[in-house]
Amino acid sequence: MSVALLTDLTVFVLAVLVGFEVISKVPATLHTPLMSGANSIHGIILIGVMIIAGEARTVPEYALVAVAAAFATANVVGGYLVTDRMLEMFRR
Amino acid sequence: MTATETVIRLGYLLAAVAFVLGLHLMNSPATARRGNLVSAGGMALAVVLTVWHLATDRPGATGPLVLAAGVLVGGVAGALLARRVAMTAMPQLVSLFNAVGGGAAALVAVAEYARLAGGPVGVRTTLTTVLDVVIGATTFTGSLVAAGKLQGWVTGSPVLFPGRRAVGLTLVAVVLAGAVWLFVAPSVAVLVVVIVAAAAFGVVMVLPIGGADMPVVISLLNAFTGTAVAMAGFVLDSTALIIAGALVGASGTILTKLMADAMNRSVVSVLVGGFGTGDGPAAAVAATAVRRTTVDDAAIQLAYARKVIVVPGYGLAAAQAQHELSALADLLGGRGVDVRYAIHPVAGRMPGHMNVLLAEANVPYPMLREMDEINPEFPLADVALVVGANDVTNPAARRPGNPVSGMPILDVDKARSVIVIKRSMGHGYAGIDNELYAGERTSMLFADAKSALADLSAAVKTLVG
Repeated sequence: MSVALLTDLTVFVLAVLVGFEVISKVPATLHTPLMSGANSIHGIILIGVMIIAGEARTVPEYALVAVAAAFATANVVGGYLVTDRMLEMFRR
Repeated sequence: MTATETVIRLGYLLAAVAFVLGLHLMNSPATARRGNLVSAGGMALAVVLTVWHLATDRPGATGPLVLAAGVLVGGVAGALLARRVAMTAMPQLVSLFNAVGGGAAALVAVAEYARLAGGPVGVRTTLTTVLDVVIGATTFTGSLVAAGKLQGWVTGSPVLFPGRRAVGLTLVAVVLAGAVWLFVAPSVAVLVVVIVAAAAFGVVMVLPIGGADMPVVISLLNAFTGTAVAMAGFVLDSTALIIAGALVGASGTILTKLMADAMNRSVVSVLVGGFGTGDGPAAAVAATAVRRTTVDDAAIQLAYARKVIVVPGYGLAAAQAQHELSALADLLGGRGVDVRYAIHPVAGRMPGHMNVLLAEANVPYPMLREMDEINPEFPLADVALVVGANDVTNPAARRPGNPVSGMPILDVDKARSVIVIKRSMGHGYAGIDNELYAGERTSMLFADAKSALADLSAAVKTLVG
């Protein structure tokens, strides 16, 4: 196992633990916006699509980039907007 | 590492901090909206940094152009969906975003693998690529089926075709065999076979699960997408992806567990499937065996109560009656009645869904009480008004030996009197009679929730002014 892999693995495990810790304190009232907000965060795959786009040189690769970019952006933009729309309605 | 690279990597770290901070701010309704903005800011920062990183790499023009086109299409589609979706359809939308997120994660790994497959591919890349595409493809199709079931495009009943277990096992075998092959000899074609098998498995996995269990499935698939994204982070050696994916994986796992507990189901039994449709047949308890009430009687009962606890359920949302309920509660509140809402953890179609629906109807969130908080107050309530909630109020849950046994319920039967607004004696998801309806302090108001609540408001105004 390389040092790089071990480092990545460490980061992964610690991030999972942070996730458990942060999420378990969220009240049931906010579970729907929370799920929707967490949903937007996995739109970070857009970064992955961008990296791939920089490396793509063939038509099949371009096709993959186009579809993946549309998917990931819909995830990010739609996710954050709809979460905001929901949270905006919560008032005292 | 060049100075630029250092700055970019530090920027990614900042984005990761923004995600954690954003989730942390979701601890309270007062700060949650800011939390979402902080998280969005982190995402924007990560995107800008990646654009900068790409620009310094000087790639060909075609890749970025194709990327921009995809971003434009996806961005417009996402924005339109987010603006137009009805709050009742939120679970479907979450599921749809799960699907595209998982799909994108799988496609990224395929593209990277195809680029590397010309030469030798390391064990690490093979392992994470396989995990990414298998989880991503399963999530993609599984989430689409789940969204289709909730939207009514795919039947909500469990689809139990003969030999489904055999088909599922065969697909798993194909995935495993393909994975082994990839470790021995890298091949894009084999990877495609693995993806197709995983995608088919996603369909076979979700089809047999009933509509009532869909929220648990969606939450589980949310965790899957997070995990797939983290795996893509391993493939691309991107810490930002690993952290963000791990956060979502953890949150999805916790929510799945909470939800399954609140519905009195284990995650395993949900996945085995064949339970609950959401559309139960008429009950064995004849409608004649229960006490009926009229709008006028119910209105007087409510108007002269000191304390009223409202118990809303999905039936309320299905009838789009949140606004009528809110108007009635305001009217009663104006007369000095102490009105509270009792929210079961799974009221609505997913946890917290009812809170969103009532927020949409301008009900202030301090009036909403969670189950543990409100249950001791039921004996003090003059009237418990149940609107469209069923299984979560069934006292049978306190006894062993029936489908709702052990399920945490709202102690509605302990209120001094109970009014249930319901269209018919139909069953809830669990498919059993609700003993609350036959209780001696319970009276039933058989009507559509929307019109019944409007009529109640009108009656309160005319009868007691």
